[in-house]
Amino acid sequence: MAEAIVTLTDVEKSFGSNLVVQKMNLDIEAGEFLTLLGPSGCGKTTTLRMIAGFEDTSAGSIKVQGEPVEDKEPYQRDVNTVFQNYSLFPHMNVYDNVAYGLTIKKVPKDEIKTRVGKMLELVQLTGYEKRKPDALSGGQKQRVAIARALINNPKVLLLDEPLGALDLKLRKQMQLELKRLQKRLGITFVYVTHDQEEALTMSDRIAVMNGGVIDQLGSPKEIYDHPKTRFVASFIGESNIFDGTVQAVDGTLLTVETPAGLMQTRGEGFAVGEAMHISIRPEHLLAEKQPVPGFDLAGRVKDFTYLGTAVKTAIDLKDGTEAKFSRIEQDAECAEGDTVYVHWKPEKSVAIKKTAG
Amino acid sequence: MNHLTKVQRKRRALRVLGDVYAVLIYTVLYIPVAVMMIFSFNNQRYNYYWNGFTTQWYEKLFNNSAIIDSLWYSVIIAVLSTVISVVVGTLGALGLKRYEFRGKKLVNSMLYIPIIVPEIVLAVALLIIFMTFGFSLGMGSILIGHCTFCIPYAVVTIKGRISGDGNSLEEASMDLGANRMQTFFRVTLPSIMPGVMSAAFLAFTLSIDDVVMSNMLAGAKNSTLPVLILSMNKSGITPDVNALTTLMILAIVAAMLLSGGVKALLARRAKRLEAE
Ligand SMILES: Nc1ncnc2c1ncn2[C@@H]1O[C@H](COP(=O)(O)OP(=O)(O)O)[C@@H](O)[C@H]1O
Ligand SMILES: [Mg+2]
Repeated sequence: MAEAIVTLTDVEKSFGSNLVVQKMNLDIEAGEFLTLLGPSGCGKTTTLRMIAGFEDTSAGSIKVQGEPVEDKEPYQRDVNTVFQNYSLFPHMNVYDNVAYGLTIKKVPKDEIKTRVGKMLELVQLTGYEKRKPDALSGGQKQRVAIARALINNPKVLLLDEPLGALDLKLRKQMQLELKRLQKRLGITFVYVTHDQEEALTMSDRIAVMNGGVIDQLGSPKEIYDHPKTRFVASFIGESNIFDGTVQAVDGTLLTVETPAGLMQTRGEGFAVGEAMHISIRPEHLLAEKQPVPGFDLAGRVKDFTYLGTAVKTAIDLKDGTEAKFSRIEQDAECAEGDTVYVHWKPEKSVAIKKTAG
Repeated sequence: MNHLTKVQRKRRALRVLGDVYAVLIYTVLYIPVAVMMIFSFNNQRYNYYWNGFTTQWYEKLFNNSAIIDSLWYSVIIAVLSTVISVVVGTLGALGLKRYEFRGKKLVNSMLYIPIIVPEIVLAVALLIIFMTFGFSLGMGSILIGHCTFCIPYAVVTIKGRISGDGNSLEEASMDLGANRMQTFFRVTLPSIMPGVMSAAFLAFTLSIDDVVMSNMLAGAKNSTLPVLILSMNKSGITPDVNALTTLMILAIVAAMLLSGGVKALLARRAKRLEAE
């Protein structure tokens, strides 16, 4: 395990009586790409701003490279930020924007010139030195903002939804470029986004936030395959989630009663009568013409759609829940209006403990 | 012509009417100015009829130390009140736009009171205060008077030019290692410079042609140019006043041309740099 470059210990933040970040503990490792992922308003920006020094913490402590930063002004911290709205200086051209940090540090002019040149080359903006931000496209502004931060060789780069304002195609392209840049420079990235797909694509680790709390911290694969809370399961990727109670335990095989019907999953540490959730991905759902032992999920197929090679449909279950179902094959076993019996391999589903709240 | 439809003909008529109207308005506005300029070269004391060309009024003007002195007096007061109201106005506008504090709404609406209240009321109020506290009248009192209306105008003008997206530029600057002072002079001030310039022009204009305050709060010794001219007018307008106002108009036109030229030059240079 690499050393932690940023450490958050019991960090809290409240605005008035509004507790926005609660008891946050997070070790960010040197050189990693860590994403804070969560819906709008869950406290991602606030967390980032506390690390950068634009907000005071209400409680707890933040350390950068082992040193507490509470008493340091933003301009004394060894981190740089790429802001959500870029915040380029409108009265300066691209060159002066990128050179700003070095100019402030009174770096000799020749050195500034070479470093800005290199940086613009890195973000593929050579030749745009004299342009004002007004005369740049969204993607170009984005690159300037990144260059302006990176030129200072920060230990940690904080990025607040840096691709949020770009259109989908450009965003996909920039995701790859940013990831490549991060690998090449070996700088720690703390990346904020509400886009789970973006987080899954780019991150080494993801911290999924919900209402000011980190629900789960792990690699994209861990988060996707083994969501620890109902929220994570529903937020990451497409999922069918059922709330129920354990009816029988047989080793790790659990039989669970839900309003939609009986179903099976695998999990450890569950007791009969315990309330819990089951999450199952649409691509793992199976549908049969005959009832399947261990399951009692009859439903009617509707909204049957062929998407080239994939099949997508919703199945209306008896309590009115819609099960999302998708398959990458042409010969789907059912057609619109059919009654089918839904099931899955228990190990493909995830058993989730019910948490308070 | 014949192939024009009724609607087209109507539109054309309306356009011609509009042009005539515009020409008429400008003629009415500028005829007096033109007449005044012409009469400043009139070889005759009373401005009733043309009597031949002369530049004697200009000579007289430059030898009239009362006029020249009060011109300087006015300019100094205008420069000082411009500087004061731009500094105070910039800080005030930033404070009102960027920070939340109790009573902000009240402060904001109180800003308009000196603008709305008749100037004479403010002048009388100030006069009473100065008298009460034994503050001797003169340049200081006029300066304070001018600031009472220049500052609110400056705040309002600059406030309108400060972008609404909070402190993000300042935060970006501090994030990049600049302390508060560096941030103010390198980022905040340049980004609101257009507003600051407009405020400066406005304050200068308001101060230099103010009569009410300047009259009420002037001491016995000096008076500003507008006050002096007004008092001269009581005995009929003399051509040396025509000469003075002609010069002032020329100075203003020159200033406007200059600033327009500088702006065009800067724009062209920016374009050229961009093209490179
Ligand atoms: N300066 C502030 N004053 C009061 N409330 C704030 C302030 N900044 C953020 N909040 C509140 O804190 C919560 C979290 O905000 P934020 O960290 O911006 O969320 P996110 O970036 O995840 O969308 C929101 O409910 C927001 O309204
Ligand atoms: Mg945010």
